[in-house]
Amino acid sequence: MTKTMSNRTWAELKPSRRITIPEGLWLRCPQCAQMIYRRQMEANLHVCPECEHHFRISAAERIAQLADPGTFERLFAGLRSNDPLNFRDLKSYEDRLVSEQERTGQDDAVLAGRSFVKGRPAMLCCLDLTFMMGSMGCVVGETITRTIEQAESEKLPLIIVSCSGGARMQESGLSLMQMAKTSAALARFDDAGGLFISVLTDPTTGGVTASFAMLGDVIIAEPKALVGFAGPRVIRQTIRQDLPEGFQRSEFLQSSGIVDRVVRRHDLRSEIARLIDYAGG
Amino acid sequence: MPSFYQLDFERPLRDLEARMATSVADATEVPALGGLTESVAGEVQYGASLEAEREKLLTELYGRLSPWDTVRVARHPDRPQTRDYIAAMCRDFCELHGDRRYGDDPAIVTGFGRIGSRKCLIVGHQKGKTTQEKIACHFGCAHPEGYRKALAKMKLAEKFGVPIVTLVDTPGAYPGIGAEQRGQAEAIAVNLREMSRLRTPIVSVVIGEGGSGGALGIAVADRVAMLRFSWYSVISPEGCAAILWKQANEQTNNAAAKALHLTAQNNLDNGLIDSIIEEPPGAAHRDTQSTARSVQAWVEDQLNDLVARPTDELIEQRYQRFRNMGSYEERVQSDMTSAGDELN
Ligand SMILES: [Zn+2]
Repeated sequence: MTKTMSNRTWAELKPSRRITIPEGLWLRCPQCAQMIYRRQMEANLHVCPECEHHFRISAAERIAQLADPGTFERLFAGLRSNDPLNFRDLKSYEDRLVSEQERTGQDDAVLAGRSFVKGRPAMLCCLDLTFMMGSMGCVVGETITRTIEQAESEKLPLIIVSCSGGARMQESGLSLMQMAKTSAALARFDDAGGLFISVLTDPTTGGVTASFAMLGDVIIAEPKALVGFAGPRVIRQTIRQDLPEGFQRSEFLQSSGIVDRVVRRHDLRSEIARLIDYAGG
Repeated sequence: MPSFYQLDFERPLRDLEARMATSVADATEVPALGGLTESVAGEVQYGASLEAEREKLLTELYGRLSPWDTVRVARHPDRPQTRDYIAAMCRDFCELHGDRRYGDDPAIVTGFGRIGSRKCLIVGHQKGKTTQEKIACHFGCAHPEGYRKALAKMKLAEKFGVPIVTLVDTPGAYPGIGAEQRGQAEAIAVNLREMSRLRTPIVSVVIGEGGSGGALGIAVADRVAMLRFSWYSVISPEGCAAILWKQANEQTNNAAAKALHLTAQNNLDNGLIDSIIEEPPGAAHRDTQSTARSVQAWVEDQLNDLVARPTDELIEQRYQRFRNMGSYEERVQSDMTSAGDELN
């Protein structure tokens, strides 16, 4: 097996801006309300050192955390939305895309490529919450589909880390069809005997949950991540009552039989490696 | 037929129908007088011309519906539902209940039936007609057990080489505590994956509302059609308006419906469906029988074509049908360069 791996360093893989994190040296943890030193939290994989609250992270940060240093080799980077429906709400989709692209330095809400996780080769694909809430339009759908196909042709385990508000409204029916497209690609990957580890992070909802994210051979979720089909607001409006404590959180999904394992961010690499050894090695 | 469901764009029609009612009332007094007088013949002729005028007006009004008006027509309470189509199209319908896991969701109806001379499995959303039925069906919003029932019966059809006909009519999958707890997302996702590789022909018709994943969950098919006045989109106009326009009202719903490209014509133009099935003048709620005949004709045509194909070819074409959906631009560049650019 010959692979061309870049020799980039950890530092190069770190995102230049961390827009999910409030500016300033100190910040208040939304879970335990402690003032925590930002650098310390970041060095702790963006987990609160006091209470283990898992902060949301960008796709680039996720890759830096999961992939062995210098091994991530990005694929399918040239895809960009062409605003197929010429969509306009209070703002045009085109303007929205441009400002998101400028703000994040990314073309869309996904990064995919080959990498090694604890020495095991794998196809890795991460949604990016910092870009339009990680929503899935045609670019995300196409990138995920190509990643699945690539994993199949190279006989590599597939890891998709999800975090998304769901299908992207601005591409309407075309976004909806990405659900069928990615799921159909996973059917073929499954037929070929491929291992798919789906990692659910806060939040994963809507059309992303109702397609590839729920189709993992193994489904892992980070602690207390919101994972569901409908958002809590919509459910509350529909049933007109308060939702139970912890509803739609990872631990609730594990006890409901929907998620296989809740895994701390610190254990994610070793858990993935272990599963690859059991199922895909 | 009087209905509490008022469509604003039909106002000119209501004026005309009021005139027709007066003219009919006049004409019915005639027999008592004995024989046709000149004025009565005139009344009859007037009635016939009003009837022609009505049909012309209906065609005209429905020919220029806004997307938002189309959504309202798709939600008309008298619009035929899955059970109406089954009654009109199928001989010898044999309903099969339940998912063998949790329960029997009445929001999705499944069973064997004969359409023309062909044995089929019918799967369709049911919204309900009476208040009681509507509540039981959650107004056509299915639970996970509904999607799992659909898949279980579709696998049965696959086993015995029976083609599948699905009828889509849902505002969306049900958003509730039990639905989430029992894996609504998983149930839909599994249907998407499994339908893509079922080794039997599948045809789908959006007969009313095609609301997002809840609709797609039974619509991964070899051929998909929409009735002229149905809609199919990633979200309802109200849902979209509430999020992107910050509020759902008449004006924003209109704007959202237009922006979402949810009409049959939009979906045909964007390559999401293969055909549009025309509805009778004044839409399906005015004539269930003729609408069902059109749906049946389309279904029979597609199945005649699909059953003749080798199964491997069928599955490959179904895969490619969805694989090729989407629109984006692609810059040609080496992966390595871009990786460096993007991540540093
Ligand atoms: Zn904390």
